[in-house]
Amino acid sequence: MSTLAEAPRDQFQTDANRTATDDVRRLAVRRALSNYQTARNRTGATFTDWKSARSAAATIKHEAVNHLDKYLEEFERKFTARGGKVFWASNSEQARNYILELAAARGVRSIVKSKAMTGEEIHLNPALLAAGYGVVESDLGEYIQQLKGEAPYHFVFPCMHLRRDEISDLFEKELGTAKTDNPEELTMIARRVLRRAYIDADMGISGGNFIVADTGMISITENEGNARLTVGIPKIHVALIGIEKVVPCLGDLALLLPMLATAGTGQHLTGYNSMYGGPRQPGETDGPEEFHVVLLDNHRTRLLADPEQRDALHCIRCGACLNVCPIFKNIGGHTYGTTYQGPIGSVITPHFRGLQDWKHLSGASSLCGACTETCPVGIDIHHHLLRNRRNAAQEKPAPGESLVWRMFAFLMRRPALYKFASRFAPLGSLLHPLIERTALDPVRAWTNTRDFPSAPLRSFRAQFKAHQAQKAAAISQNGGAK
Amino acid sequence: MNSQNGDREAILGRVREALRVPAPLKHPAERSAGGEPTTAHFREWLPPVGPSLDEKFALFAKLSETLRSELIVCADLAQAAAEIASLSSAESWKTIALHRGGLLDKLAPLLPNNLAQLCVDGGYDKNALEACDAGITECELLVAQTGSVCVTSDNSGGRVLSVLPPHHIVIARQSQLVTDLTEAYESLAAKYRAHYPSMISFITGPSRTGDIERILVLGAHGPKRLTILLLP
Repeated sequence: MSTLAEAPRDQFQTDANRTATDDVRRLAVRRALSNYQTARNRTGATFTDWKSARSAAATIKHEAVNHLDKYLEEFERKFTARGGKVFWASNSEQARNYILELAAARGVRSIVKSKAMTGEEIHLNPALLAAGYGVVESDLGEYIQQLKGEAPYHFVFPCMHLRRDEISDLFEKELGTAKTDNPEELTMIARRVLRRAYIDADMGISGGNFIVADTGMISITENEGNARLTVGIPKIHVALIGIEKVVPCLGDLALLLPMLATAGTGQHLTGYNSMYGGPRQPGETDGPEEFHVVLLDNHRTRLLADPEQRDALHCIRCGACLNVCPIFKNIGGHTYGTTYQGPIGSVITPHFRGLQDWKHLSGASSLCGACTETCPVGIDIHHHLLRNRRNAAQEKPAPGESLVWRMFAFLMRRPALYKFASRFAPLGSLLHPLIERTALDPVRAWTNTRDFPSAPLRSFRAQFKAHQAQKAAAISQNGGAK
Repeated sequence: MNSQNGDREAILGRVREALRVPAPLKHPAERSAGGEPTTAHFREWLPPVGPSLDEKFALFAKLSETLRSELIVCADLAQAAAEIASLSSAESWKTIALHRGGLLDKLAPLLPNNLAQLCVDGGYDKNALEACDAGITECELLVAQTGSVCVTSDNSGGRVLSVLPPHHIVIARQSQLVTDLTEAYESLAAKYRAHYPSMISFITGPSRTGDIERILVLGAHGPKRLTILLLP
């Protein structure tokens, strides 16, 4: 990855150029995604009516997001009544400080974490490590990425870009284990190491897939059982969740959980779907003594304030849009430079982190619409990319580009002028090679990697006219016969 | 700690301000007048199950196989105990963990004498539980549509018993088999009213991961094996 000092746009361009030609990585990603696609299609086909299910899922999230204040307050009331504690964090710093102060106040030494993209978003691990706490990621993919010192590659499949031999080498280097090319043996190495982490941890930190308003619960979806252990064994549980994750009723999960599983991993239902309503209740065998939910805004309300793109907050983070995206397949996850990669990340990141700094992501799309098509909650993803482009241009017009478009529009509306101007195209083609790929070349972004087509001597209109005349002549010669 | 609940008022203020302009609903779906989602419709869209017990059982059995759960139909508790005894000798168990409950209280005395039992009720040593070869629990429900076992902290020995030992054995009755998640949630709501257990977990197959090259491996952190003993 490129240096931090680099502007996001330059980092993206540099990394995209490099990764798009990294055939080894592309092959690993393609293999992982083809396994996903097979499972996704098979499970999706078992639905009686996926489209209606999707409309209903969109409706549930629309209701929740458009009455966010009401449902968050309801959640808080119910959750607090069961002994939970809610902390509202406007930004990363508030969320980090709350967790750090809590850990300090309770004399925490070691922390085990299950997967939480919000944790990545607020850079929680570096803050905890800097404060002297041991933090272990317990999701296998996240654990591998933590050992590697790398951000997750994909927010559902964190290490999908790595081959088994690379993981084996990493384990050998970091854990001193013997080399193996067997995924099962590699998984068992992590299992053995992480078992101790759950037992020894004083605090478990999780994310959350859903906030359930009517019962005051949070719902966590996972396959490995690591989240179950993370929030089952340590005496303090902290769940860090974005405010948009709310759903009105527990019963809504009967639809959303199967859809999340199908779209996310191609399963009927993910291995463990667990709803937690408060800390250990009176009479219960085990469970944490304290359960804190940190509700994170961190600019989500900025996206909420845009009614046109508000539905981007309906996202249930299944990752399906990444898995079908031709851009993601070619440039990979790290190139985006964001916590949330792929099409949905390109939609929301400009709202979270600044439109001008992140508008280039909305340009990195073929607008094929595969993301919109596959989204289980029907977010209008590829049109939002267009809206980001429009908003960015309106907010900070690019005079040169807009002049070119105005000239183009002027020309296109005047057929005579267009015809006249197009006569000069062959001349342009003749002169262009003199400046091609130099700083003077107006289309060098194109010619750097591709050939620029040369204009034909006769325009299409001239050719078409001649063709029609020829046809008419032939018909009159045949005396109108067939 | 800074303020009691952080930036609560500021966030709610921003939310209310943002929501002053409504957003159109792009994918209208049927909902009842009260704004509540029509959960009854979910059944028409999700994978079909079939109304009879036989159909539900057939689907549950089929999904169990796909998920690599081991479903064993037992005639009575004595057979269930015999199945556990044979698993125990095959895997050379020394200690099993379990909890108190209607079925387990009757099952526990039938288990092999050479198998030590750790009962988690009222608290346990986590290292001792981690060292157990298997955990036996009851469950709330079985879900036909997804092949899931629903456990709760109330009736399945707490939060950890069903996920820490390497082999999870569930003992259930056929009458606990429900159609889908909608029925499961309705049933839990009817049983617990407002007093839900602190954990409800739908377990769908043994613990699994696909994190390495999207290749399925069982027993990532939780149980490598999930055995469901189904009594009439």
